[in-house]
Amino acid sequence: MTVATSLSIRVNGEQRQVPGGISIAEMLGELGLDERKVAVERNLAIVPRSTLGQVRVEDGDAFEIVHFVGGG
Amino acid sequence: MTAQQDIRADTWAVAGRSFTSRLIVGTGKYKSFEENAAAVEASGAEIVTVAVRRVNIADPNQPRLTDFIDPKKVTYLPNTAGCFTAEEAIRTLRLAREAGGWNLVKLEVLGEARTLYPDMRETLRATEVLVKEGFEPMVYCVDDPIAAKQLEEAGAVAIMPLGAPIGSGLGIQNRVTIRLIVEGANVPVLVDAGVGTASDAAQAMELGCDGVLMNTAIAEAKDPVLMARAMKAAVEAGRLAYLAGRMQKRRYADPSSPLAGLI
Repeated sequence: MTVATSLSIRVNGEQRQVPGGISIAEMLGELGLDERKVAVERNLAIVPRSTLGQVRVEDGDAFEIVHFVGGG
Repeated sequence: MTAQQDIRADTWAVAGRSFTSRLIVGTGKYKSFEENAAAVEASGAEIVTVAVRRVNIADPNQPRLTDFIDPKKVTYLPNTAGCFTAEEAIRTLRLAREAGGWNLVKLEVLGEARTLYPDMRETLRATEVLVKEGFEPMVYCVDDPIAAKQLEEAGAVAIMPLGAPIGSGLGIQNRVTIRLIVEGANVPVLVDAGVGTASDAAQAMELGCDGVLMNTAIAEAKDPVLMARAMKAAVEAGRLAYLAGRMQKRRYADPSSPLAGLI
């Protein structure tokens, strides 16, 4: 499938444009993130790490990408 | 345990995992990752608490906690700090489980920013949902023996009452209720929050707690690495004193040297 249009999505509250047809794993790559070190929530649902390569980014998706930071 | 036995033989277990160190340390408020890692090392802690936050997508190559404290060597205990509702806490821990790959988590649902006191209604509700979803929550709570029992019945794998407000360093302000919780619990009890200095940690352990969780007392000490060592020693000393069983208190003096044979 080739989709020339770009998708408008939100990542951690920020508006972003990504190429149509990409997977979440590819999106993480574009953002410079290592998929083994983050967790991804898409439209309030967890995306299991094992499926990041299969799930396609859809127009209007809202992502939260988190990791562990120092805390008490 | 006898005096001859090494303290290393005195382990405790939570959710089926066994630990030697009874000190859990936070990883917040340090000046640098290097100082944080050195303090964790000096504390001897086998579990560290961590927070779950958004990655900085503007600068994805920033140094990370995991580069300095290896999650393969130290158990990461993800927390829900900053969550004020059960829903926020549950959402945070679902992400934490995906990021870390384990079910052992620290639940805290806060009631208000001024005291950071837990909201027990939300805490209990979140505990019930998390347990249904297969989580093993260690739960920050008020020093109420009844609430502690309710959390245990809901499936909390550890009860973690505050000794004083989070970050206050006021020491164990509630020795009676902490002791009551310890006596009534069938899961580990850890004082979480309130410790300011080493004697506070020893006191928590002398009350029979299974462990102590602290962050600010180490991170905000003038020398955090030295304080981490002090806390390690204090937790061990308090534990040994609890196992040894302290002497009874007397109202008046009782000489230590024999009266017989006085010249």
